[in-house]
Amino acid sequence: MAAIIEIVDVEKGFEAIPVLQGVSLALETGETLVVMGGSGSGKTVLLRLIAGLFRPDAGQIRVFGQNIEDLSEEELLPIRRRMGYVFQGAALFDSLSVYENVGYPLREHTRLREDEVRRRVVHFLSLVGLGPEILEQLPAELSGGMRKRVGIARALVGEPEVMLFDEPTAGLDPTNSKMVAELIIRMGEGVCDSSIVVTHDLELAKAVADRVAVLIRGRFAAVGALGEVLESRDKAVQAFLAGEAKS
Amino acid sequence: MDTLLRRSVLWYGGVGLLGGRVLRNLALPPSYFPLVIQEIETMGVRSLGVALTAAVFTGMVFALQMAVNMARFGAENYVGPVAALAILRELGPVLTAILVGGKVASGITAELGSMKVTEQIDALRVLGVNYIKRLIVPRLLAALVVFPLLTVLADVVGVLGGLLIMVMERGADMYAYWNTTTYWVVPRDFLTGIIKSAFFGVVVTLIGCYNGLSTEGGTEGLGRATTATVVHVTMGVIVSDFFLTKLLLIVFW
Repeated sequence: MAAIIEIVDVEKGFEAIPVLQGVSLALETGETLVVMGGSGSGKTVLLRLIAGLFRPDAGQIRVFGQNIEDLSEEELLPIRRRMGYVFQGAALFDSLSVYENVGYPLREHTRLREDEVRRRVVHFLSLVGLGPEILEQLPAELSGGMRKRVGIARALVGEPEVMLFDEPTAGLDPTNSKMVAELIIRMGEGVCDSSIVVTHDLELAKAVADRVAVLIRGRFAAVGALGEVLESRDKAVQAFLAGEAKS
Repeated sequence: MDTLLRRSVLWYGGVGLLGGRVLRNLALPPSYFPLVIQEIETMGVRSLGVALTAAVFTGMVFALQMAVNMARFGAENYVGPVAALAILRELGPVLTAILVGGKVASGITAELGSMKVTEQIDALRVLGVNYIKRLIVPRLLAALVVFPLLTVLADVVGVLGGLLIMVMERGADMYAYWNTTTYWVVPRDFLTGIIKSAFFGVVVTLIGCYNGLSTEGGTEGLGRATTATVVHVTMGVIVSDFFLTKLLLIVFW
């Protein structure tokens, strides 16, 4: 299988504080890769590097076969349109309704008629378990779980080839967490079959991962199938999995 | 001292680079024309009251001061052209830029800064939207229309305010005042003020946008950025006015 995303020896730091130190990984078509690690381990930075929101200090990032580390903001736009990114806090446009939020990519990048935009918005909201009754609500009127699901619907509506999830279950109750995990699994059955999920939630990883990578202090301490990672002899990995590691 | 110098260089460089990116994006699709119209309404129509109130009272107080003091030299007849020149060349564009600019730019900083700290700008970017084209270019184009238009209106209202106070307070003859004014004031005086106002509009909007986009530190940082914008706009207009005046005097005198 071909790698959709390939990261080679990537380094990234902020004001002389190294966050990622020579990280390499590849995401293949049809795969769900879960990147785990404690707070401050560099998981979100890794995801932002893949989306081109940050530039690496060193190393290469190839997305859809194209090196993106030196591309300008304008050159990155068509690549980003092939990705879906779900923010930890959903990052919905707070002055727009749910309908306008989810329909935003369609209105920006397509010439679809309004009734077709509406049909697709309702369809993708239904995929995340939300009904048309919330279409006219503002993000502030939704619960945290609903906001996150609207964020997922907005990322999916452009029919991306790969999804990037930043802590999709953070701040959610067990019911909503389970719903998000089921959604990621269902996505693999036709909507978008390749994804990187960044999380510190082991239950989510167990539910959705084809492979798991554990990020400890800016380096991958273990990469492989979930069973292999759970049996890793690396002390830092074991400490993290036991809930003792801080980063 | 080093930190202050570094921060200043970074800030001026950042505003300059943003200006460059705006220029590069001007020709790129889509045009977002409806957003330009919407921004003209937001910036212009809602600032009309502030700009005109300031202009009429400035025109009146300037004429009043000139009348009293120029009478000491027997030059009260020249209050009209002096007031008109001051309003058209300096007070109209500068006051409009400071008052409207402070209001508009701090609003832009608050809006963009809020979008920045809540990751809405990053959300635009990952959706493949050119955020410079979507958020900055329409505001800048609107400012290029709004600031000169408001300055024209401020000029008219300011000059009429001066005329009004001279007729009512000093008993000046309206036609004599108007004739002296139009004899000494030439289109060049009016046009240099309009050129200034367009320049101020760009500067003010760029400052508001840059401070908004570089907001860091959550809601506290947002408050700091908004306050900084008001100071930057005021200083930016006053300082750039000197250099612009020198340049325009060289080119048009």
